[in-house]
Amino acid sequence: MRGLTDLTEAAPASPCCKPRPPCVGGTLARVVWNRRLPPRCPSAVLLRKSTPQARSVSTHRMYRREQPVPLRSCPAALCNNLSVLPLPAPGLTQFALVHGPSVQLLSATPDGLPVSQRQLQAKEGTGLSYPLITQAYWCVLPFRVLLVLTSQRGIQIYESDGSVMVYWHALDSGHAPPAQSLFARGIAASGHYICVGTCSGRVLVFDVPAKGPNIVLSEELDEHQVPVTDIAAEPAQGQDCVADVVTADDSGLLCVWKSGPEFKLLTRISGFETPCPSIQLWQGTIAAGYGDGQIRIFEASSGALHVQINAHGRAICALDLAPEAGKLLSGAEDSFVHIWKLSRNPDSGCIEVEHCYGECVTDTQVYGARFCDPQGSSFAVIGYDLAEILRYSCV
Amino acid sequence: MSMRTLPLLFLNLGGEMLYILDQRLRAQAVPAEKAHKVLSDIISTMFNKKFLEELFKPQDLYTKKALRTVYDRLAHASIMRLNQASMDKLFDLMTMAFKYQVVLCPRPKDLLLITFNHLDAIKDFVRDSPTIMNQVDETFRKIIEVYGRLPAGEFQLIRQTLLIFFRDIHIRVSIFLKDKVQNANGRFVLPISGPVPWGTDVPGLIRMFNNKGEEVKRVEFKHGGHFERAQSEGSFDLYGDRVLTLGKNMYSISRPVETHVSGPSKNSALNTTKESIASDLLAKEELNFLARLMGGMEVTKTSAPEPGFRLNLFTTDEEEEHAALTRPEELSYQVINIQAAQDQQRNEELTRIMGEFEIHDQPQQSTSKGDDLLAMMDEL
Repeated sequence: MRGLTDLTEAAPASPCCKPRPPCVGGTLARVVWNRRLPPRCPSAVLLRKSTPQARSVSTHRMYRREQPVPLRSCPAALCNNLSVLPLPAPGLTQFALVHGPSVQLLSATPDGLPVSQRQLQAKEGTGLSYPLITQAYWCVLPFRVLLVLTSQRGIQIYESDGSVMVYWHALDSGHAPPAQSLFARGIAASGHYICVGTCSGRVLVFDVPAKGPNIVLSEELDEHQVPVTDIAAEPAQGQDCVADVVTADDSGLLCVWKSGPEFKLLTRISGFETPCPSIQLWQGTIAAGYGDGQIRIFEASSGALHVQINAHGRAICALDLAPEAGKLLSGAEDSFVHIWKLSRNPDSGCIEVEHCYGECVTDTQVYGARFCDPQGSSFAVIGYDLAEILRYSCV
Repeated sequence: MSMRTLPLLFLNLGGEMLYILDQRLRAQAVPAEKAHKVLSDIISTMFNKKFLEELFKPQDLYTKKALRTVYDRLAHASIMRLNQASMDKLFDLMTMAFKYQVVLCPRPKDLLLITFNHLDAIKDFVRDSPTIMNQVDETFRKIIEVYGRLPAGEFQLIRQTLLIFFRDIHIRVSIFLKDKVQNANGRFVLPISGPVPWGTDVPGLIRMFNNKGEEVKRVEFKHGGHFERAQSEGSFDLYGDRVLTLGKNMYSISRPVETHVSGPSKNSALNTTKESIASDLLAKEELNFLARLMGGMEVTKTSAPEPGFRLNLFTTDEEEEHAALTRPEELSYQVINIQAAQDQQRNEELTRIMGEFEIHDQPQQSTSKGDDLLAMMDEL
């Protein structure tokens, strides 16, 4: 480990190992060591000089590219177009991405070898017999994991391996105005509820039993007036947050909710004349990515803007969060992915952000980016016109 | 997914088609008057009022095959004739050019600026014919009316719909390869320098605020690109400086239009077969769409029909023949297999419409691939 030529001060780095919750603190200068280390990470926080090939731009821990996972065809140019589910078998990860009329599920080893593959189609209904899928997402509920697909027809819910369709909800075409496209988009799980957005702005809340197909539409939330883009929920870590669901739409409006048998609207955060395609929620902090390349961080309970980042040169298409490290991953059409560290200043209680890492995914407009583990030590990226899933893990 | 995509797709592809035809007409030394007539006839058909009414109706995008049939018809709206191989190449070029423009479009609303660049050039082609100019202006106004006030989210949906339409097409175009805007694998080069879209800030700054909304900290970070501020916004009016160069004519007499029609990667072969099966099932809906659309296309019949001439998209006839024989199966624009059993009436109407075009010099295709719609209708 000590054979490296360039070891510099481990100043503002955070370890890739499990830190003490909550966040490290304002100065970010302390490094917390933990004896239990994931197999890939070194025992020291090493800051190596950037090698020419890496094209990364920070002094924090580096990520290196791993073997990509080949795809049959290129993904669709839809935002939040990648979902990742780590599998019980060690090292195996399952990916889901949308191609257009179908979703590809595949699991791969760390070496990029595909282990299994499955393709799911959009369920046809009345109208054009070529409906497109808009999003695929694994919902992790307390007692089960379900795969949710949204399409131009409705919502399909499967067992997590995609083997059996458990529930089907058809969208009501009567509610869409004549020239309006019909589709569902935006998926999140909060407790035993699954929330799904629609093109009218309505959010459907489904109550999911611990097992079996008796999923029930429990509520319809009508705050948004334009198509929903994304929904986020607090990661299930026993947080005692009041706000635990946030919904976003094409106008950039964010609605903050408390989930339950009856969802309660807590705050509304106005838009900035640009869509908000991607959103994340973590420990009372909302991270929102916008069509103008900005990331804005808000206090969920009050709606106050705490951080504004000129993050990307084009529209942001994907955000993801590593809850055990407070790391935020952003991907955009400018072909860059960036990783940010969220923390709370212990004195002021205000949210702070630090840039950790940046990578140019050459000639690729990034439409999906997800951490592959809750510590954020690895992540996966997909892009338009790219017939593979790119993977990175920290060195 | 957006129901408002078709007009933008059609007009931009049409614009590219005219750029290419104009270049080939000049390269082939077709007399200026004849060349001008060809372009005017096509433009006049493209901007026919009835046709555009059908086009602007909110509807889903159909498959590339259906669209190809419409352009086939459009390209033959004049005395010019194209062989199958040349028509294939023309469609390849049109598609890749517009795909490039959509991919590189800075912000979704700028799709309109690209469309306006095409329309500005089309108006220039027909500046001597006030009637046709008027038709184009009318369309211009219609676009401003329909799209001028659409929100950014709707434009993003339109752009995504277009990108889904263009997915898995990676034909290499030599003019793109030479200009280094396309890689050898068919993917486009995405610049990480240059102006950011209008309304976007140059990346690299983090600003932190307190509970009162006052800025308390400002940190810069290295974002990796070399972006700069946008100088000005393009004009969305009938006339004006569009600023954006995407959608302008990139061909000239000295830059021949060549494509390398490379076969698809092994992975995509499986997918295209599945898709073509699905597309055949769409035949009935697509026939309806074609009948509606082409029913609106008026054929300008001249009293004394001029002799037709054949335009070649390749440098020599031998090259054209060779291209026809070596075109990979997956890329053939094989027209829909028509199960004529059910929709007899529709098919008869389509026969009548297609029958209005007499193709004089079309040699009989010896190869079975790509039987065009007209030939199939004749066999019914």
